Amino acid sequence: MSATLAVMQSENRPDVRPVVASLEAVSMNYGAVRALRNVNFSVHAGQVVALLGPNGAGKTTAVKLLLGLLQTTSGKARAFGADPSSPANRMRTGAMLQVGRVPETLRVCEHIDLFSSYYPRPLPLDRVLSLAGLEKLRDRKFGDLSGGQRQRVLFALAICGNPDLLFLDEPTVGMDVESRRILWDEIRRLVDGGKTVLLTTHYLEEADALADRIAVINQGEIIAEGTPSEIKAQTSGKMIRCITKLNLATLLELPGVNSAKQDREAVEIRAVEAEPVVRELLTLDPLLSGLEITAAGLEEAFLALTQDRGQNNNREI
Amino acid sequence: MTTSAVTFTSAANSLPIGRTAGETLTIYLKEAKYEFLKNLRLRVYALSVISFPVMFYVLFGLVLNSKEAIGATTVPTYLIATYGTFGVMGASLFGTASGLAADRGLGWLQVKRASPMPPFAYFTAKVILSMIFSTVVVCLLLILGFSFGGVRMPLPEVARLLATLVAGSLPFSALGLAIGYFVGPNSAPAAINLIYLPMSFCSGLWVPYMFLPKLVRQIALVLPPYHLSQLALGVVGAGTHESAASHWQVLIAFTLICLGVARIGFQRDKGKLYG
Repeated sequence: MSATLAVMQSENRPDVRPVVASLEAVSMNYGAVRALRNVNFSVHAGQVVALLGPNGAGKTTAVKLLLGLLQTTSGKARAFGADPSSPANRMRTGAMLQVGRVPETLRVCEHIDLFSSYYPRPLPLDRVLSLAGLEKLRDRKFGDLSGGQRQRVLFALAICGNPDLLFLDEPTVGMDVESRRILWDEIRRLVDGGKTVLLTTHYLEEADALADRIAVINQGEIIAEGTPSEIKAQTSGKMIRCITKLNLATLLELPGVNSAKQDREAVEIRAVEAEPVVRELLTLDPLLSGLEITAAGLEEAFLALTQDRGQNNNREI
Repeated sequence: MTTSAVTFTSAANSLPIGRTAGETLTIYLKEAKYEFLKNLRLRVYALSVISFPVMFYVLFGLVLNSKEAIGATTVPTYLIATYGTFGVMGASLFGTASGLAADRGLGWLQVKRASPMPPFAYFTAKVILSMIFSTVVVCLLLILGFSFGGVRMPLPEVARLLATLVAGSLPFSALGLAIGYFVGPNSAPAAINLIYLPMSFCSGLWVPYMFLPKLVRQIALVLPPYHLSQLALGVVGAGTHESAASHWQVLIAFTLICLGVARIGFQRDKGKLYG
């Protein structure tokens, strides 16, 4: 009985699901620039993995290696256990990359028709249009579309072949809030259908909203990896914000306080635990107002992680 | 229970992946169809490729000189061969090089390479585009020549001329691919013109070959447009009685060299993040 339970539990753990794409001890140099340094990274089936990092961290390089568009300087990139550039792999993969130009005189339906023809079992055109929210733009020429609409067409081209593995490189860059939410919903629907997604982004909110696992990358190295909660837990503590007459020196004396700073009319206090600090604050200053307590967000975790490591690496730009 | 990851190994090979010949042909045809539509709707391409040779022909062959002759050939007939070469060259260079340079430089080619598109389909589509527009240009020149220039050619000769010139678009498509791999998207038109225009002049496509200065005539011997125009002139009876084979050999060698250069550019792109 307990053996069965153990089997069930370990099968639910994502580590046991097959690895769909991986970088094994991969380094990538462009001349003197070391874009990736000995990176080990894998994507398991049915997950959304976010590669999160600032611009220039190496995210796009990682994606292009996994798509077979670039060759590693050392180490191996693998997709479905084979060389990523093999035609068999490409038929199971879809990619949404950052592009500066898409042929503007072709219509949306024509672009999708052409890309669908490359795949052995593509989705029907109407389904692709509805998944990408493009039903009303079917006959519009690409050049007549807005920025957010163009991104949705690129998304449609990535999914039209019904791929098992989807790469999305900064998919919502330049989109307004509403378009971004729509695209997030579409991505979630795809993943519920069993697809695997590797997403790169520098929007922390996006990684937090979509990913099962986040790998934080900076200056060519993966500096942290885990679920969004695990990443957030790497910076401990809480942030307390309030409007108080107490001065900063007094605040720093409070139990467990790491830092205190003035932010316009309020103060921001970072502490290991909120409750002891708040008890003291309310005792010392009963007229305190505007009290907010939040967990250190992904942003704090991210900044802390990237700034720490940033000092240790040399990089030529 | 160990928690080591399981990797896909034979799964990829056991799935029935692969295309039938019919599916591959469909891809090639669609790629060519959309390449054609894309450029047709780009009025700049269609108009410039077609109108320049036509304008020059009308001006120099029909309005001026239409009653003159060069050797045994009337000017309007002679100029169909030379401006036909000029038009074919322009259609091929602009059809391949500027599109390729832009697609490369701005990331679109990478999107296509990341997809299962057979890479050859992309290049074939551009070559077919060049051939279609080449055909259109030559046909227009023929129509104008027959209608207004008193050109008279038996039908087999017309067919041979058309076939020669359209086949001759291939070396220039190859040249276009070579150029497209080595220039950026913004400099492509300028780079193309820097090659296209001097080469056309020195090959005797504007000023007929025999009227060029001696030094230029020497240079022409290594220029592909010279050889193509000589082949075309040979069809209309104005050739210099050199063997056609020698001209074709030069064109074939030139095509192979250009394809080699293009391939070097293709390999070079694999080391670049963008492009």
